[in-house]
Amino acid sequence: MATPQVRLQGVGKVFMAGEPPAPLHAVGPVDLELKRGEFFAVVGPSGCGKSTLLELIAGLTPATDGMIEFEGRPVAGKAPEGMGVVFQDDASLPWLDVTANVAFGLRRAGISREAKDKRVRDVLSLVGLSDFATSYPAQLSGGMRQRVCIARTLVMQPRLILLDEPFGALDQQTRLLMGDELLRMWRETDATVFLITHALDEATMLADRIGVMSARPGRIVDVVETRWPRERDSRIIEHADFGAITARLWHTLREESLKTIGRSGA
Amino acid sequence: MGHTTAHDGGARVTRLVWYRVLVVGGAIALLEVLCLTGAIDKITMQAPHLIMRDLYRMLVSGRMNGAISKTLSNTALALVLALGVGIIIGALLHRARALRDTLDPLFATYYAVPVFAFYPFFIVVFGLGDLPQVLIAFMLGVVAVIVNTLNGLDRVPQVLLKTARIMQMSPIDTALRMTLPSAGPYLLTGAKLAVAYAFIGVIGSEFIMSRGGIGYEISFAYANFDNATMYPLIVLILLASVVINGVLSRWEQRLLVRRGMR
Repeated sequence: MATPQVRLQGVGKVFMAGEPPAPLHAVGPVDLELKRGEFFAVVGPSGCGKSTLLELIAGLTPATDGMIEFEGRPVAGKAPEGMGVVFQDDASLPWLDVTANVAFGLRRAGISREAKDKRVRDVLSLVGLSDFATSYPAQLSGGMRQRVCIARTLVMQPRLILLDEPFGALDQQTRLLMGDELLRMWRETDATVFLITHALDEATMLADRIGVMSARPGRIVDVVETRWPRERDSRIIEHADFGAITARLWHTLREESLKTIGRSGA
Repeated sequence: MGHTTAHDGGARVTRLVWYRVLVVGGAIALLEVLCLTGAIDKITMQAPHLIMRDLYRMLVSGRMNGAISKTLSNTALALVLALGVGIIIGALLHRARALRDTLDPLFATYYAVPVFAFYPFFIVVFGLGDLPQVLIAFMLGVVAVIVNTLNGLDRVPQVLLKTARIMQMSPIDTALRMTLPSAGPYLLTGAKLAVAYAFIGVIGSEFIMSRGGIGYEISFAYANFDNATMYPLIVLILLASVVINGVLSRWEQRLLVRRGMR
């Protein structure tokens, strides 16, 4: 069996928070393996540590316990090469036009000017922004700005793409269409995708496997396999198993969400 | 997306320009009338059109060239120092939380201090040359730059800094290509203030005591009731600062419109 691309063993994260600072157990212990090229989604109640988990994998924050490995090498609080992250907040650079935004990470790539320009053009066409190559982010809608961020990530050809609720700020219909776009890009780039979302139908539609996180401290309490074909789009909603999978997700998630609400005393 | 069409925007801008011309032109016209009718007598001030004539003659004769170049070069020097030192200190303080918290109240009350009061002290220490004047102008401007730099750095979105780390950018790369452009509009605000303070500091100091420069010439002309020199020089300074500020404001406007902030 091929070695997993990402491996988490007993990973935990404790923050010092509050006044006076007290330990806050945000995540863990988490055991998880991501296979090369798979589409893995994570759902979980609010505040369960999904974003923290993503930041641990990306090396943006060091783990307090356990071990994280990316392609066999430890991730220790420093972002490894070969990863791309799309955040929930708009990370487009307002002082650059779309083309310069997308080309931003290629500065150090050591490839020729023509090759860079071609890569940027190809990716812009992949995300459907070719007509807006010279526009500035301020002139684009929220969904288009997210596509700029996705393009900027894709152009660097990462082997693992992490997305933290990338469509959170968009309306439902745009989300579904963006989901289709994401699947298309995933198929064309062969990257592994790790997507955090709070929308169950989105997770079920997009992913090969879905991890359900518990209430804080977040652990992975269930992993559901969808067994969808690689060639899929939003019409997978019509599939016989779609409802059953979403139901199973909600069954676990509802319990964990109630714990979260109960804890906050509502 | 909330933008007026190009046509509307252009028409609106032209209307605003006309309003501005009317207001300023109206004020000058009023002054002209007051002077020509004798309501303002000749000894106090000559009519605006005569001021412009005197300014033209003064510039053509070239007798103020030395003073103008002294003042402008000292102003430029003070500006560059205030910007350079101010931005660097702002950047350093941004990372030194404790030191910044200690200095914050001092920055907040800084502009209550009459910096010009230090001018005689500087003359005693450094002699009556350019240094005390540049120092005063620098002292006036540097804190405005520091405060605006800190403000701009505070507002760099966390998500951009995270993106820089994911892209494996070095700290210097991040500072130059991510942090600096992101804080740009705020740095520009600091720059506009620094320009104003540089002029005020240099010309004010020259006015108090100096061996030359526009401020000195104004002071000398004032003492000798030389309206033909004094008013043109004042108008010259006015024009210079309006032009420079206009250029900066135009740049700032483009910057903000591009970012959808205006």
